[in-house]
Amino acid sequence: MDKILEFFSFNDANIRFVTAGTVLLAVSSALVGGFSFLRKRTLSGDVIAHSILPGICLAFLIFNTKNPMVLLTGAFITGWISIVAVDYIIKNSKLKEDAALAIVLSVFFGVGIFLLTAIQHTDMANQTGLDKFLFGKAASLVGEDVMVFGFFSVVLIILVYVFFKELTLVSFDKNFAKTSGLPVKFLETLLSSLTVMAVVVGIQAVGVVLMAAMLITPSAAARYWSNNLKVMLALAGIFSAFSGISGAFISYAAPGMATGPWMVLVLSVIAIISFFLAPNKGIMHKWLIQKRNRKQISEENLLKALYKKAETDLIFTKGYSMEDLKSLEVLRPGKLVKTTDNLVSDRFLIYNKSLYYFTKDGLEKGKRITRLHRLWEMYLTKYLRLPPDHVHDDSETIEHLITPELEIKLTQALGNPGKDPHEKEIPY
Amino acid sequence: MVIQAQNPILEVHDLTVTYDNKPVLWAIDFSLPSGTLAGILGPNGAGKSTLIKTIMGLITPSGGYSNLFGQELNKVRKRVSYVPQRESVDWDFPASVFDVVLMGRYAKAGIFKTISKADKEVAEESIRKVGLESFRDRQISQLSGGQQQRVFIARALAQDADLYFMDEPFAGVDMATEADIIKILKDMREKGKTVVVVHHDLQSAIEYFDWMVMLNMRLVASGPTSEICNEQMLQETYGSRLNVLSHVGELVKNRSFPIRENQ
Repeated sequence: MDKILEFFSFNDANIRFVTAGTVLLAVSSALVGGFSFLRKRTLSGDVIAHSILPGICLAFLIFNTKNPMVLLTGAFITGWISIVAVDYIIKNSKLKEDAALAIVLSVFFGVGIFLLTAIQHTDMANQTGLDKFLFGKAASLVGEDVMVFGFFSVVLIILVYVFFKELTLVSFDKNFAKTSGLPVKFLETLLSSLTVMAVVVGIQAVGVVLMAAMLITPSAAARYWSNNLKVMLALAGIFSAFSGISGAFISYAAPGMATGPWMVLVLSVIAIISFFLAPNKGIMHKWLIQKRNRKQISEENLLKALYKKAETDLIFTKGYSMEDLKSLEVLRPGKLVKTTDNLVSDRFLIYNKSLYYFTKDGLEKGKRITRLHRLWEMYLTKYLRLPPDHVHDDSETIEHLITPELEIKLTQALGNPGKDPHEKEIPY
Repeated sequence: MVIQAQNPILEVHDLTVTYDNKPVLWAIDFSLPSGTLAGILGPNGAGKSTLIKTIMGLITPSGGYSNLFGQELNKVRKRVSYVPQRESVDWDFPASVFDVVLMGRYAKAGIFKTISKADKEVAEESIRKVGLESFRDRQISQLSGGQQQRVFIARALAQDADLYFMDEPFAGVDMATEADIIKILKDMREKGKTVVVVHHDLQSAIEYFDWMVMLNMRLVASGPTSEICNEQMLQETYGSRLNVLSHVGELVKNRSFPIRENQ
C-alpha cells in the first residue's frame, strides 16, 4: 500500500522520469505501429528492431562512447538499411515478402550478436550495459535519457497528427492516393522513418526482442473495440500508456522485475481480454449468441413435439408426465429437465402434480413452430423444386428463424396452403 | 480501325508496357473526344486495366506517352479521377462510408490543412448522388459488393474532376446495381464529364458506350461504337491472339531485351 502511494504521488524524481519516459515511448510506438498494422506490415517492425543491434554495436565500436545520440544514430541507420534491403529483395528477386523479411532479420541480427559478443570480449572500458539493448532497461532510465527519448516520442506523435489524413489514405488505398496527386513516395518514406524512429526510441524500454509487441499489440487489441480509425488509435494509445505506467510501477514495487517485459505482458493481457470480451467481435459474444440459439432451439423443439403429439391425440388440454416427454425423443434426458424448467419459468408450460400442461402462449408457440416448419417445407417443394423427402432437415433449422413479417410473406407466396408436402395439415 | 478524335481530351501515343520484361501492351495509339462515355473492351489478359493504370501514372510505360487535356498528367491531376478495382483494397479497414468518400477531398484540401466544411458538404452530396445516404455511417466491411462499388464512385465524384477512369465498376455487382451505376455515369456525361470504363461484357457494352476502345494486347479498334463495332473487329478482339506477336513477346522476355533501344 505504501508503495502504491509513494509511486503514484510521483514525488521521487526518478519515478517521474521512468514513468514519463515509458509512457511516451509506449504511446508513440502504438500510434506509429497502428499504421503498420493497417498496412499489414506487422512484421517489418520486428525486422527493424532486430536490425538495429548491429548499428548500435558499430556506433559504439567506431566512436567508443555510450552517448545515446551516437548510438541512436547508428541504430537509425542500420534500421533504415534493413527496410531498403527488404524492399530491394522483394522487387528484384523471385522471393516473396515473408522470405525477404526472414532473411533480413536473421542476417542483421546475426551480425549484431556477433559484434556484441566481440565487444564483450575486448577490454573496452565502458562496454558494460550494451547488452541492455537486447532486453531493454527502462528502470534505469535517467534524466538525460528521458529528455532525448521523450523529445523523439513527442516529435513522432506530432508527425502522426500532422500527416494523419494522408497516412490514412496511403494505408487504405495507395493507388488512389497516388492518382489523386498525394506525394505517396514521400509519405511511405515518412512512415518507414517514423517506424524506425519509434523502434529506435522504444528499444530503450523493452529491448530488441519485445519491440514488435509494442508496435502491434495495442492496435490489434484496439481494433476489437472500434470501427473508427481515430477511436482505434486513441484506444491503442491509452492501452499503451496504461501498460507503461503498470510496467514502471511493478518494477518499482518489486525490484528485480524488469519494466519492459511487464509492459508487454500487460499489453498482451489487454489483447487477450479484447479477443474474448469485445462486443460483436469477441469470442465471448459469439459464444453467448450460440448458447442463446441452442436454448431457443431446444425449447421450441419440445413445444413443437408436444403440439404434434396433442395434434395426433386430438386433445390440447391433457397433462404430460416427464416419462411422456422422454418418450417423444426430441431432447436428451439431461437437457429435457433444464428445458422444461425454462419453459415453466417462461410460462409456456404449467407444472401441476407431476404433469406438464400447455399454457395459452405455449400452445400458440408450439402451433406456430409446427406451422412454420410445414410452410417452409411447402416453400422448398414449390420454389426450390425439392422432392418432399428432401425438405425436412432444412425446415428443422429454418422454423426457428422466420420472423412474423417473413411468415406473412411466406404464406402469401404460397397462397395460404392447407397441407404440407406430406399431406399434414398446416395449423393457422 | 482507329478513328481519331477532334480536340481530344485524351491522347495515347505508341504506349508500350512490359511486366517482368514481357510486353503486355504493344504500341497503343488512340484518342478520345471529351463528353463521351467510353468503354475499354477486350478479353481477360488483354491489358485493359494496365492501360488505364499506365495513363494514371501507376505503371511506368517502357515506351510512348499519354496526354490529358493536351498536357502531361502531373499538370492536370486535379482534373482527373481514378476508380480502382474493388478488390484492390482491404474493406476491413476501420472507416465508414463517409470517411472513404471524404478521401476524395484529401488531395484538394492539401497537406497540413484540415478538411473544411465545404469539403464535407461535397462528400455528403456525392453520397446522395449514389444513393447511399442511409449507409453513411456504416462500416465499409458491412456493405454489399455493389454498395462498396458505389462508395468508390462517390469518392470519385467527390474529387469533382472532368475526366474519370473506372476499372471494372460492374464486376461482381447485381443487375439492379449495374443499372444504377450506368445511370450515374450517363448523368455525368450529361454534365459534360468524360468517363472511361474498363468493361468486359460485350453485349451490354454496345448499349452503354458511345465510344469504344478494343484491346487485345494491341489496339484493335477505337472510335464511335456505331462505326467500329462490327463482326470483323469483334473477331479480332475476342478471337485468338496473334501468333507471331506472342512469340516475339516471349523472345523479348527470355532474352531480357529492352523493348526500346534507348532504355
